[in-house]
Amino acid sequence: MQSTSHAFKDNATRALGDAQLQKAMENVRGGFIEKRLNVVEKLPEFETLRDQARDIKNHTLAHLDLYLERWEAKVTERGGKVHWCTDAAAARDAVLEICRAAGAKTVTKGKSMVAEEIALNQHLEANGVTPVETDLGEYIIQLRDEPPSHIIAPAVHLTKEQVEADFREAHNHLPKDRSLSEPVELVSEARQVLRQRYLEADVGITGANFLVAETGSSIIVTNEGNGDLTQMLPRVHIVVTSLEKVVPTLEDVSTILRVLARSATGQEFSAYTTFSTGPKRPEDLDGPDEYHVVLLDNGRSAMLGGDFQDMLRCIRCGACMNHCPVYHAVGGHAYGWVYPGPMGAVLTPSLIGVAEAGQLPNASTFCGRCESVCPMRIPLPKMMRHWREREFERHLSPASVRMGLGAWAFFAQRPRLYGLFSGLAARALARLGGRKGRLSKLPLASGWTKYREMPAPEGKTFQQLWAERQRKGTGS
Amino acid sequence: MSDTPRKPRVGLFVTCLVDLFRPSVGFAAVKLLEDAGCAVEVPAAQTCCGQPAYNSGDRADTKTIAAQVIRAFAGFDYVVAPSGSCAAMIHAHYPRLFEGEPDMAKQAEDLAGRTHELVSFLTDVLGVTGVAAKLEGSYTYHDSCSGLREMKVKAQPRALLNSVARLERREMPESEVCCGFGGTFCVKYPDISNAMVERKAANIEGSGADLLLAGDLGCLLNMAGKLKRRGAATKARHVAEVLAGMTDTPAIGEPKG
Ligand code: SF4
Repeated sequence: MQSTSHAFKDNATRALGDAQLQKAMENVRGGFIEKRLNVVEKLPEFETLRDQARDIKNHTLAHLDLYLERWEAKVTERGGKVHWCTDAAAARDAVLEICRAAGAKTVTKGKSMVAEEIALNQHLEANGVTPVETDLGEYIIQLRDEPPSHIIAPAVHLTKEQVEADFREAHNHLPKDRSLSEPVELVSEARQVLRQRYLEADVGITGANFLVAETGSSIIVTNEGNGDLTQMLPRVHIVVTSLEKVVPTLEDVSTILRVLARSATGQEFSAYTTFSTGPKRPEDLDGPDEYHVVLLDNGRSAMLGGDFQDMLRCIRCGACMNHCPVYHAVGGHAYGWVYPGPMGAVLTPSLIGVAEAGQLPNASTFCGRCESVCPMRIPLPKMMRHWREREFERHLSPASVRMGLGAWAFFAQRPRLYGLFSGLAARALARLGGRKGRLSKLPLASGWTKYREMPAPEGKTFQQLWAERQRKGTGS
Repeated sequence: MSDTPRKPRVGLFVTCLVDLFRPSVGFAAVKLLEDAGCAVEVPAAQTCCGQPAYNSGDRADTKTIAAQVIRAFAGFDYVVAPSGSCAAMIHAHYPRLFEGEPDMAKQAEDLAGRTHELVSFLTDVLGVTGVAAKLEGSYTYHDSCSGLREMKVKAQPRALLNSVARLERREMPESEVCCGFGGTFCVKYPDISNAMVERKAANIEGSGADLLLAGDLGCLLNMAGKLKRRGAATKARHVAEVLAGMTDTPAIGEPKG
């Protein structure tokens, strides 16, 4: 996917002026947060489970090579094939090659963020293979030719009315007077349209929430059941995923699953948790003849052992963005690449470079709400700060910021000078504020005064007044 | 309160914003601490906790400033700041700055252990359960982010405000959501910051309270500035002013006299 992360600021400003988007984002604020809270409050051991989930992933990442090898051996043993891909291009080609070998004209797809990351749909289309998204949200954005705006709710930036209009345009073979005002009507119409496509598809592509080293299984967690049809009906099943998804055992996966749905949608468990282990065996009634896993690295292994390793614990639950006031304000598209919100602000610079995506870790107030809900206890603000440090070291931060900061730091390290200067500033600003006690315009602070008043200082600094009090001997 | 004859020696970390914009918050803090039996001193060699540098990725300057704070506040029993954000900087972040420098790290740890946010210090350390103040009206409370999430300040200010005679609490929705200040964030991303504070101000006004209270002056300047621009009648004050009964000064951004 082509990144516009460098233009985050402009993207954000546009998003703030988009009335439809602003209306749609109310759903994020309203729904996810309360549901998560309700379900978390009902599980006293939730915080302990978070610790356990974190520890499982930390352990796995510390021995990632070992678990990946073990996992691959199991996949092979079960008759599947693993395709190791260092970058997006390699992964795209691997998928295309499998499709070609299968003589595929259409492929059905379940939700996969890694497929977005490698821009799979565009590649397949360009090479004569038609991808059909089967997840409702993905289906909607495919109709609109848009990227997802959320990692678990790809079309969350749209209102119901927009989706209705899209369906009426795309499904023009259906009666014009049909009712589509209720979400369930939209869902059933999409189901109806997609049903035929499942049967036509030669290849089914899904993502994976987890890979289990112990058994060689891949796991998808969904609510629509579309993923199951996608991977069961076609002759060939391709799992497109990335290498940090591996966990050692089924036991480990059950622990992490207990925090996943709760954090993501506020459910105790998602409607479908589906395990795939190799192709169909002779005694199986159904399943694919071929089972492939296209395993992407794309910069992840380089994160091991560094400042950003913790990010590899991410299970893509979306809780961080669901709780992020910046994400709420601007929506997912403003972030300009596949992964939005706080997790994107940390991950995107790792994957596509801080020169391109350096805005993202800066666009945070460090309010810490993301970290407080992240089931994997990923210190997101701390890692955003690490990115800012990299930018500062590499002189990527804007010159005006560096100069302002430099001047401030000079005074801040010289308390006497600082006191003199702040005393002057307090007096000058208080005078400018006059009787009103506030300023409506202030040169050099237009970013502030464009939108709000600047309360004026009281006139003297605390240090000046304290010194006066000490001199008068009124101190206790 | 402890029975030791010696009063606890408290170093007041004024914070740069209180120093420059609103000394009355500092004096309110001094009064609250003295009323609770502390001997308060204000080291002159303090400027700022270093967050502007820290959050801009300038680690070298942050460390120099942190070292200065560590020196200035050596020897106090406690260090108290009328700000959850600055207290959290010293309490939670200073020790991290000196990884690999055992001597400085030890001093940073030591300071971190002694450093508290004002209101939670009064309640959790000194055991204060009420104040003598009185104020006619109603307030709504904004839970500033660092105080809430890093210093666990939430119930303490409400508990003490509960003891202020004639003052009624009116909670607003989303009181735990960031106001959009974020230090340099509000000038680096003015449009996003504005969207956040606009929503916050609407929630504040919606509560119907006369007074907005919070424990961090940065957030208060942001929210008060927005309320004023919107022409709202809601006044804004630091929680310490109300607890200390020092509400005869104009509220934040209000006309003098
Ligand atoms: S960073 Fe944490 S909260 Fe965000 S998607 Fe990943 S696991 Fe979920």
